[in-house]
Amino acid sequence: MMLGRKLQCVAVLAVLLLLQGCATVSRPDPRDPLESVNRTIFGFNDAVDGAVLKPVAKGYRAITPQWLRRGVSNFFNNLEDVWSALNNGLQGRGQAFSDSVGRVLVNSTIGMFGLLDPASELNIERRSADFGQTLGKWGVPPGPYVVLPILGPYTLREVAAIPVDSYEPKYQLGDQDAHLVLPALSLVDIRTKFLGTDDLLGGASLDAYAFQRDGYLQRQRNIQFDGNPPEDDTEP
Amino acid sequence: MRRMFFSSTSMMKRDFLRKLVWGSALVLGLGASLQALAEDEAPDALIKRISTEVLDAIKADKSMRAGDMNKVIALVDSKILPNLDFQRMTSSSVGPGWRQATPEQQKRLQEEFKTLLVRTYSGALAQVSDQSISMKPLRASAEDKEVVVRSEVKGSGDPIQLDYRLVKTPGQGAGWKIYNINVLGVWLVENYKSQFAAEINAKGIDGLIASLVERNKANANSKK
Repeated sequence: MMLGRKLQCVAVLAVLLLLQGCATVSRPDPRDPLESVNRTIFGFNDAVDGAVLKPVAKGYRAITPQWLRRGVSNFFNNLEDVWSALNNGLQGRGQAFSDSVGRVLVNSTIGMFGLLDPASELNIERRSADFGQTLGKWGVPPGPYVVLPILGPYTLREVAAIPVDSYEPKYQLGDQDAHLVLPALSLVDIRTKFLGTDDLLGGASLDAYAFQRDGYLQRQRNIQFDGNPPEDDTEP
Repeated sequence: MRRMFFSSTSMMKRDFLRKLVWGSALVLGLGASLQALAEDEAPDALIKRISTEVLDAIKADKSMRAGDMNKVIALVDSKILPNLDFQRMTSSSVGPGWRQATPEQQKRLQEEFKTLLVRTYSGALAQVSDQSISMKPLRASAEDKEVVVRSEVKGSGDPIQLDYRLVKTPGQGAGWKIYNINVLGVWLVENYKSQFAAEINAKGIDGLIASLVERNKANANSKK
């Protein structure tokens, strides 16, 4: 189900690409050949966020007590840790792999199916990893920057990993109906965490699109090199 | 007898003088070594001290966590700004255009960029709750004039990578100064480069200043 929806998103992207393929950008960035399409989708996402996601997140925060929201976050984090463990293993990151496995074991048992997070109390750190990252570790280049509808910033490599990443337990739990409910709740949960800082993007930048893109690409590069990317240029 | 008396007073006088000289030397020396201590504070110790002071101040103050921006900004002004090399931060962000700017334009760029950063990042700082700072080992030798200090903010969720580039500044107000900050792998200066270059390309240095002024005005209005 989720897979199908994501493929739909990609199809929408392809159509938009065809429609806008010939629009021009004043200062092209070599990492962002699709800039004019990406900007259109960025604007669309921003509008959807303002009209739907943000109000829903605010409502969710208003009607739920903090312990409940914390429990929901913990629950999703635990499912994500399962996926991180698998990918950290595929990437050969020993410490991150054993940390992730340890977290899942502790939180799924003592932490009551992941509702609590005793692993963090024990200083076992979260080490998030997904399949897009694994592809990067295996030497697949990131490819051009792509903004997907609703899903936001990606590189082409991460887009290619979506079919695999949609097997993440978070999207697989429950029967047919819950397939939609859980990802939706997860989205609301994530959006709620950013309620305090979401004016940063607009407020700190002259061009929110470029700010997000440059930040995302820097971050991807940082993950690829385990927090220690080689310096390529920079200081004047 | 008189002579002896005379000489003994002069001896006492000399003794007193010697004590005075020693005493003041001691005081001066102590002062100098205290100053040396401040100058010699290692870059990672400096970062650790500032982060801890800032986090503790926010944790201790309910009104800041409730979003009293003026208080947070005051905290940033007093604790963080004195340790920044803001000229270098601005010139690196502006890039090659910096050298074409007049001193007056450079000054304005610096002021507006500072306002932009303080306002927006103070907002993020006000989100602090149960976080603590942990420092990573410093890889640098004693002669290094520039270092990278790495730290992590730990709380619930993934640890947040927080790194700093510092330069050792000589002379007046000597010591280590921060000139770039990295949050979650994103260097602040690098993240402004392409936006600033685009503005300068389209509208010149004055155009960039005008855009910054406009952005700051909008931020000031929306925060009220």
